Amino acid sequence: MNVPRPERWLGVAPLLLFAVVVFGLPAAMMVFGAFTTPATAPGGVRLTAANLTASLHGPYLTALIGSVKLSAVSALIACAAGLPLAQVIVTSRFRALREAALAGAGVLANVAGVPLAFAFVATLGNAGVLTRHLDLLRHGWSLYGFWGLTLVYQYFLIPLMVLTLTPALEGLRRQWREAAHNNGANAFRYWVHVALPILAPSLLGGYVLLFGTAFSAYATAAAMVGSSVPLVTMQIADALSGNVLVGDGNIALALSVDMVLVAGLVMAVHLPLQRRSARWLG
Amino acid sequence: MARLSGARYGRAAVWLAAGAYFLVPLACAVAFSVEDPRKGVDFEAYTGMFGADGFTGSLVLTVKVGAATVALVLVLLLPALITVRLTAPRLRTLVELVCLLPLVVPAMALVAGISAVLRWGPDHFAGTPLFDAFVGLQNPDFPGVLVLAYTLMALPLAYRTLDAGLAAIDLRVLVEAARACRASWPRTLVHVVLPNLRGALLNTAFLTLALVFGEYTVAAILGYQPFAVWIVVISGSQAQMSVAASMIGLLVTWVLLLVLAATGRARRTKETS
Repeated sequence: MNVPRPERWLGVAPLLLFAVVVFGLPAAMMVFGAFTTPATAPGGVRLTAANLTASLHGPYLTALIGSVKLSAVSALIACAAGLPLAQVIVTSRFRALREAALAGAGVLANVAGVPLAFAFVATLGNAGVLTRHLDLLRHGWSLYGFWGLTLVYQYFLIPLMVLTLTPALEGLRRQWREAAHNNGANAFRYWVHVALPILAPSLLGGYVLLFGTAFSAYATAAAMVGSSVPLVTMQIADALSGNVLVGDGNIALALSVDMVLVAGLVMAVHLPLQRRSARWLG
Repeated sequence: MARLSGARYGRAAVWLAAGAYFLVPLACAVAFSVEDPRKGVDFEAYTGMFGADGFTGSLVLTVKVGAATVALVLVLLLPALITVRLTAPRLRTLVELVCLLPLVVPAMALVAGISAVLRWGPDHFAGTPLFDAFVGLQNPDFPGVLVLAYTLMALPLAYRTLDAGLAAIDLRVLVEAARACRASWPRTLVHVVLPNLRGALLNTAFLTLALVFGEYTVAAILGYQPFAVWIVVISGSQAQMSVAASMIGLLVTWVLLLVLAATGRARRTKETS
């Protein structure tokens, strides 16, 4: 194609410019703020590691651990529930049902946040329909805690897991199962020795993705439990909206850097695993 | 046969459990929103919503920001992806990296960085045109800063959808054929490339709209009041209406997806037949 030289890459320029300004500027400010003292500090703006240290101590550390715990447990449960559900969907004999279920998963995995929180508040909150009819409060039920949040998170984590696992499950060839069966393996041994090892990269990649999703979630928890469950996103939000001491803005940025590190780690594990499972099941 | 029927019961149990978990909260939420202690059933929460304080404003804001975000996503991504496939394959890795980078920055971290920029900018550029730009970006009637943030957040999904769409067509042949027929570049793009990408474009637009429609974190922290934030704001005083609004929000997303899926399928079957 006879295109003059600069025109060969000109189409990419707007995207790169956008990324430098809209992604680069906030990222640079975040890192800069995380490692310097605030302008209002006695000595002016100086390099410091104090923000980062503070973000790993006291209430901030509690919040960080709270987030990690919630994400790890929620993702694990969603994995355990998502695998059988995905298998049942993929092997369903009714095409319409299968497609409807996958379309539903596509929607539910994207519709987290505020509407979800209120649907559950209306169902299992203190004045919720099920809570009143089953008299759950007397049995010590509370939606506004760690386990309540875990339950609600499943609503978008399980569909996400189903979407992640579907290609892998569809790639499991019927012949593999038959071959295993011919060699005398029962269903259990087929799953343990054939299917699960092939699915392992997808499962692990899915777990990590779910962990990352739960870790960065904020809206659901904010709309539902307020701050009764310590989470790192809540701490940042509090610091940003000035609910705590002045000068905590830079600690909020340090906490954001912590979050980026965790999310970066998640992606560093997830993306190669995704590629690996694509190779096997291509 | 005993084992077979056992497996069948297992499947039924999984379907039932999933159905219960995913449908019961929706049913209960609808029941909650129409409940009335005196009359039994009352649709006040739904009918009253349209006149409620801030409803129209928040909806208009959401639609405006959503439309602008979809437009910006497409304007940025389409030329870049087409260029990468046609003339600059070596930039492919860079473009992919740029589009996937937002995945490592959670919305909360992004908004922390953005608000730091918004605090820092006006102090350093007072008196210059950049100062006006910073003010303009935060215009409460049309917060450009939200459009920029949402575009960034939509990049990973939009990239995957559009790239898959481009991979499915033979772009090079299409473009060369159109150019050989003396079509200009804009004409080639509008009349040849885009019609072949309809499905991918619709999917990208829908996913982006769904993201904007449900987004809460960035808007709430920056102090704007689109639909999702409005629901939370009224939840304190009007619990029933907030649940009703949540249901409408879910319904809108569902309907949009179903319509898109249906039109996409109808078109595919028409084209192949």
